[in-house]
This record gives sequence, C-alpha cells and structure tokens, in this order.
Amino acid sequence: MTNTLHRSGQPEDLKDDYILFAMCTRGRNDLGASERLREFLRICARHHPVNMGDGKNGSIFRPSRHLNPLAHWRRPANGSVEDVIEGITTPTTAAAVFDNPDSLYECLQEVRAADLGLSINISALVEDAVNCSRRAGIEPHAVEYSLGFMGNTSQLADANTLSLTTMCGHGMVASAFAQKMIDWVKTRRKSAAECARYMSRFCVCGVFNPVRAERLLCRMANQEPGG
Amino acid sequence: MGAIAIDPQSNRAEIDHGNCVECYQCYRGMSQEHLNPTLVRSLRTVLGWMRLRFEPEPDVCPTAAFEPDELTWPRVVRRAFSDVTSTHESTGVHGRGTEEVKTNDVTHRVGPGEAGLVVEFGRPGVGVWFRDIDRMTAALADAGAEFEPNNPVTQLMADRSRGKVRTDILDEKVLSAIVEIKVPLSGVEEILEVVETVGPRLQTVVSLGIGAVCGPGASNPLPELLSRRGYPVIRGKTNLGLGRVTNPTETALHVAK
Repeated sequence: MTNTLHRSGQPEDLKDDYILFAMCTRGRNDLGASERLREFLRICARHHPVNMGDGKNGSIFRPSRHLNPLAHWRRPANGSVEDVIEGITTPTTAAAVFDNPDSLYECLQEVRAADLGLSINISALVEDAVNCSRRAGIEPHAVEYSLGFMGNTSQLADANTLSLTTMCGHGMVASAFAQKMIDWVKTRRKSAAECARYMSRFCVCGVFNPVRAERLLCRMANQEPGG
Repeated sequence: MGAIAIDPQSNRAEIDHGNCVECYQCYRGMSQEHLNPTLVRSLRTVLGWMRLRFEPEPDVCPTAAFEPDELTWPRVVRRAFSDVTSTHESTGVHGRGTEEVKTNDVTHRVGPGEAGLVVEFGRPGVGVWFRDIDRMTAALADAGAEFEPNNPVTQLMADRSRGKVRTDILDEKVLSAIVEIKVPLSGVEEILEVVETVGPRLQTVVSLGIGAVCGPGASNPLPELLSRRGYPVIRGKTNLGLGRVTNPTETALHVAK
C-alpha cells in the first residue's frame, strides 16, 4: 500500500481523498484473516466508499473478459461491493476510499468497535487522518510521510497527469492514457465521469478515487462536474 | 513505459521487450471482446477509406490479442516487481512486497527513537533498471545504512553489507522497487543527503517516504526535522495501532525459526 503514499496534488486538492486499508502480517495475525478482512470491507461498505478493492482480485470497477460489441454503447457494470468482499479468500490488503472525512470518521468508529486485530491505516492528509482517528478515540501508532519525488525528475509527466496517475501508485494507470482522458474530456468526446471510470478499471487495488478524478478532469477542462 | 506502439512497417502494435516491465496490465487491465482480428482490421480499413473513425471504449481490446509470456530467470524478476497481483515469496506481500510502518503495530520493527525510510525507484510511471538501484544501495551502504532483511530488494542483494545487487539482474527493468532502511533519528539527515546526492545521477526518479512511531498526543519527531530540510510533511499514512498478534504462539515461533 505504498501505492497510496505519494498521491500528487496541493493540500486543498486532497481534501476529498481518504483511503482506509487493513492488512495482516504473515505469522503474526494472518490465521483467519480472510474473514476479518471481509468484515472490514463490510463495515466500510456501510459508509458509502467511492471505491473498494483488494490487491489480488480487483476493485468495484474491473475489466471484463467477455464483452460483446454492444458494450461500446451500453456497457454493463462489471464488479460490485459484494464481488470485492466475497473475493477475499486469502490474506491480502483490503482498502476503501472515501471522499469526505465524516464518512471516514463514522467508519473508523465501527472498525474500532469490531476489534479485528488487523493493522488499520489511513492514507490521507496527515492532519486530517490524525484528527479523524482521535475523534474516533484512537491514538495513532505511527506516521509515514511522503517526501515527494526527486532524482531525474525531467522524466516525470506534467502536474495534471500526475494528479491522476498517482492515484494508482502501482503505476497501473499509464501517463499516456491519463493524458488521452484529459484530452477527451476537454474535447467533450466523453464525460469526466466516464473517463474517471475508465482509469479506475486499471487500478487493481481499488484505491483510485473516481470522484476526485472526475473533479480534477472537470477542472482541467473548465467544465462543471456532472456536465 | 511506452513499450507498446504501432510499428510503421507492419502497421501493427508491437511490444518492445527491452522496455516492457512485464506488469501484465495490457493482458489483465484491458477488457476483451474476442472478435475476429481479420474482421476488425477490415472494418477499420473500410472506415478509414471513408474518412470515418470509430470511437471505441478506450480500455477494450477487441481481439483479446495479448497473451502472457512464460518467463524464466532473470526476466521473471520484472514480473515479481511490476505485476501488482504477484506476491513476493520473501515477504508474502503483493505489489512491491513491503510492509514498512503499515504493520508496525504488530511487528514493532521501527521503535521509538528510530525512523524507517522507504526509497522507491521508478515511481511514478518511469520504471527503473536494477543497475540504478545498485548505484543507490551501494551509496547508502557506504553511509552505514542497514537494509531491512524482510524486503524483496534486500533479498536480491549479493552483498548486503556493501549494498550490492546480484549482477545477473542488473539489466532487468521493473516498474518500481523499494528499498527499506531503518536508522536512528539522529542518522536520518545523513541518509537523506545520500539520496539527494545520488538521486539526480540516476536514469530514473526516486520517491521518498519516512516513518516513525508517535509519542503521546500523536506527537511525531519527524515533521520538525523534515521541514528544516525543506520537505513537505503534508500527506502520509497513519497507522492507527489497532493491530495485534492473534495467531497461536506456536505459529509465531515457527515463523521466527
């Protein structure tokens, strides 16, 4: 889940992006972890996450192996909250993305009460994460800070592209694809919501935030969200 | 990675195997239709004559053209580090195979007065050759860094004390790879200086993360130190400390052995 650490953007642009994830440690708390991870996701599902997933089986948005050509006009949804939850059969990392701190806070309260024994982390603005967890009566154990990108940074994509692609830190959303989506929204060939869904399907872990992606795409194209 | 492009000679998509990092995303991430390739090409050709362009869903491969290759050593290393669904045997963790402070409430790997540094190469979206990782790890070892043993890159080192990666994988390219280091808080700045000095000489980008356990009132020793050096301390991962050992003791002992 380092794939959630380095999300690119200004602090005010990260205010609708809160990832809550659970994982276990081999040999320490992995026995029976699958059911506890499913329970974790069941709790998250009750608080309106904008995406959910696990690192092995995929997210709410997933590709289909058997489309027919009609999909270009009427594309069936492939994947659901239930698919994600029931897909966990071995220890993995389970994640849910929220677009507001209140949902995260309410979810945290329930996760705390469930006492799952799993390591639970929030990936978000640190101040918001700490405030949220303390509101829920949880004293944080540790914090890992993102220090950004260095090295041969001339190879990096532009800031707009990075703000989209880094929402899948595993790099499964390619820069060229994100740039294509920006162009398509700007030229109104597809809506921002559709383009956000296309990108979400490439993120296996389910940590890509389609709500933030739609908002950013609209801003890049000078459009109103939902337009 | 730019590994797939239309070849101007054949007018077909070709994979550049030198640049391909075996992330399997072309095979796994694209939806598929299983249409007849001759039919699809013919239709596109006819539409092209009529100056028409079909605008298909951008994440659909109409002919399900991609097939995964059987990989052998050392190329299999590419998949281990690039395919998010593959699990590292050394750690049991998929993706880049690291746990960092995410499970520190259970492992207590990083203790009070210590910091865990996560140096990630190739991210975002650039990729990295192991020879570049080797340059950095050698410099870090010279500075006295102690590499996390339970880390996939450390497992591929021929000489951990010198930070030397085994030579047969130096020409392999992966999407990204992470080196984990644990240092006393007093040694953080020295390690940061090494990364700041060596990083710009590499043919890739480096993403840096650093974690420490919190004190009373969620206080953390890092923000002051990092702000002094000009780093942003805005976003990160917060381990809530809700994890605990739940396995029977025998299992924990077995793994320790």
